[in-house]
Amino acid sequence: MSERKAPAADELLRLDGITVRLSGREVLHDVSFAIRPGEFTGLIGPNGAGKTTILRVILGLLPPSSGTVTVAGAPIGGRRHHRRESVIGYVPQKLLIEPDMPLRVRDVVALGIDGNKLGVPFPSRARRELVNETLRMVGADSFADKRVGELSGGEQQRVMIAHALISQPRLLLLDEPLANLDIRSAQGIVAVLAKLAREQQIAVLISAHDMNPLAPVMDRIVYVAAGRAAVGSSEEVLRTDVLSRLYGQHVDVLHVHGRVVIVAGEDGEDTGSPHDGAGQPDPVYGSGVA
Amino acid sequence: MHYLIEPGLWSSSPVRVAVLVGTVVAITSAVVGVFTVTRGQSFAGHSLADVATTGGSGAFLVGLNQFWGFLAFGVVAAIILEAIGVQRRRGRDVTTGVVLGAGLGLAALFLYLGTQQSNTTGASFTVLFGSIFVIQSSTIPALIACGVIALVVIVTLSRVLLLSSLSPEVAAARGVPVRAVGAAYLVALAISVSLSSVAIGAVLSTALLIGPAATALRIAKGPVRAMVTAAVIGVVVTWLGILLAYDSYYWPPHGHAWPVSFFIVALVVLAYLLTYLHRPARRRRPGLTGAPGAARPEVEVGA
Amino acid sequence: MFSGFMMNTWIAATIVAVIAGVVGFFAVLRGSTFAAHAIPNGAFAGAAGASLLGVNTLVGLAVFSIAGALGIGAFGRRARHDVATALILVLMLGVGALFISLGSQYAQETYSLLFGEVFGISPDVLLPIGILGAVSVLALAVIFRPLMLTSAMPEVAEARGVSPQRIEMVFLLVMALATSMTVPVVGALLMFSLMIGPAAAARSFTARPGLAVALSVAFGLITVWIGIAVSYETNWPLGFFVGVLGAAFFLAGRGWASLRGRRLTRPARTVPANAGA
Repeated sequence: MSERKAPAADELLRLDGITVRLSGREVLHDVSFAIRPGEFTGLIGPNGAGKTTILRVILGLLPPSSGTVTVAGAPIGGRRHHRRESVIGYVPQKLLIEPDMPLRVRDVVALGIDGNKLGVPFPSRARRELVNETLRMVGADSFADKRVGELSGGEQQRVMIAHALISQPRLLLLDEPLANLDIRSAQGIVAVLAKLAREQQIAVLISAHDMNPLAPVMDRIVYVAAGRAAVGSSEEVLRTDVLSRLYGQHVDVLHVHGRVVIVAGEDGEDTGSPHDGAGQPDPVYGSGVA
Repeated sequence: MHYLIEPGLWSSSPVRVAVLVGTVVAITSAVVGVFTVTRGQSFAGHSLADVATTGGSGAFLVGLNQFWGFLAFGVVAAIILEAIGVQRRRGRDVTTGVVLGAGLGLAALFLYLGTQQSNTTGASFTVLFGSIFVIQSSTIPALIACGVIALVVIVTLSRVLLLSSLSPEVAAARGVPVRAVGAAYLVALAISVSLSSVAIGAVLSTALLIGPAATALRIAKGPVRAMVTAAVIGVVVTWLGILLAYDSYYWPPHGHAWPVSFFIVALVVLAYLLTYLHRPARRRRPGLTGAPGAARPEVEVGA
Repeated sequence: MFSGFMMNTWIAATIVAVIAGVVGFFAVLRGSTFAAHAIPNGAFAGAAGASLLGVNTLVGLAVFSIAGALGIGAFGRRARHDVATALILVLMLGVGALFISLGSQYAQETYSLLFGEVFGISPDVLLPIGILGAVSVLALAVIFRPLMLTSAMPEVAEARGVSPQRIEMVFLLVMALATSMTVPVVGALLMFSLMIGPAAAARSFTARPGLAVALSVAFGLITVWIGIAVSYETNWPLGFFVGVLGAAFFLAGRGWASLRGRRLTRPARTVPANAGA
């Protein structure tokens, strides 16, 4: 049912038929999508749907039960892979910060350069300049010397984006960065990311359970529900029929003042699984390459 | 001035040895301690010191140089802790406690067997508190070498350690073997703590591991500054402690010196308390810092 | 083995094991393992001080263990909990070192305060130990529910008007009370082992609190009984057997838990629950 095309030359990331089984339960089923440079993609879905699992598979923290992950044209198997580490920058949702952690904002960002290597870096003007410039890019230069334990949620997110950014990734992966932020901070983060995507052609894959802050800047959506994904543009994916098939029950997709709201329908209305319609090439499910 | 620098201080050989060894121990302990405090492993640090001390009693019993006993037991205990390896702080503390209990039980046995062999009734005291003025000069090169090794390991690991502490996921995603790094750090901690226990006793070992580091973390930002500040505090406290201990021989009651452990511990705690003048404490909310009963939002790496 | 003076030993050890089992269960539950080590050690230093001043040892034990508990509780609110415990511990031991060195001929008493002198118990110690033990256990029974609540969900407890800090302080004081009496019997270092090993093992076998407390006490009793018997025969110190048996129970518990597919921690997740799987 899903079309598997050969990876296009400029694809940064490609997932093909990813299925993940955990403790006997199928958590992800046949998820496929690709990401190109400069694309801003939202990984949207309710909590527990499988977004974090997808991220962990991409990062090599969780091996899929079947399917392949390709990064910059080279298939990735298993855990460590140099190409993945150099192409993808990861921004976690939360940091384990104690107030007395001996790290300032600029130290955290500097760790992004080579914090995974042994030894001590030789302090140089070039390093310092790079750190300062990256801080400016995300708007964190005003609190560069603050202890990382004293930051607000929004400030922390900016710092972690800078940390990921400084190693010059071509794809930024963010795990629910907006989840605990107020509206203004969330909008600030989205603006920073959109600018990076636009100006530096850095692709962004950002997971969220509420797509509305992202709607103005999203190029494409990977909508995940019940372990399955629907891939395409907002117009293609955010439709009642598409999402109802995904959820396996009737949902209504409402557009209200430019915002999208998904409302559960009546219980028990089974609209069939996404696997109906044998043989028909499906533009939305499957490989999702538009 | 006469009362501060009593006669014979600098010409006294035990004092010179004490200052040399004390300095090495203080620096190593302080730097290692910065990571120990940050990672919330103060209990592990203390327990390793006690277990190392047990090893010393055991070595003494079989006639080996005590130093190797300290080192062997300390490193083995660290490996056990890592192997039973529980990532959650609370479970980790319980495991540490059990290992400590077994170690102390062994200490009881070794000390008892020691009294059967020879008349060493003062053994309990020196085993706990050590005696910086009675270090054998033959072990000094080994002590210093171990201190340097532990220091080098920690400094080499400092960045990946900080990254792993900040976010194990990011570290793992960047190819850091988080578990292995944690294990290597524990072994370095064991070496440092064994070294300080044999030189100055388990009590002082903990004091110099935790005190200067905790003090530095309150006043220094940034990793390098924190490590340097801790080392400076540790060295100053040790020198002052040695000085006062030597002087106390001339204080009442005359002819009996006060133990150096008392002075160093007192100075360490004093230094820590002084930081509260500079940075008054904010009340900590439960649930943030792993206070007892706190449901800390801990995350772990691994499938 | 069961002759006249040995009966005192059996009775004293039994009482201590019961106290340790109950107090230890909560100590392990709340992650107060370090405090469980620090407070008895502080008590030991206090005994040394009392001996120096010529005061009754028990007064020294009580004063220092209570001071330690208060220190850890108060200090722990403002600093990292384990740092506070470590500093209080070394402070008390440092002062203890001073007392010991200023006093005279203390070596033998040092050993017995650290490792216990259970075979030399005089009968008039039994009643005070028994009473204090009963008081400690009773106190824990009284605050059982707020204690469990603050251990599992401190924010919820606060919302319901229960102060986690105050409960913590009460618990530490109960621990101080329990240890100050038992240190002369089993020694400072071994009281700690008795509190932690059996309780840690009990938790691996069951999650139900009532059953876990009972198991904790049971393991503790088995430990001291076997320990006394073997110690009596071999002359080896009781502390050795307590430490080793505690570890054995703990390992048995871990083995049981992994056989049943549970690990001591919940299966790893890389993000907090609210972000989904």
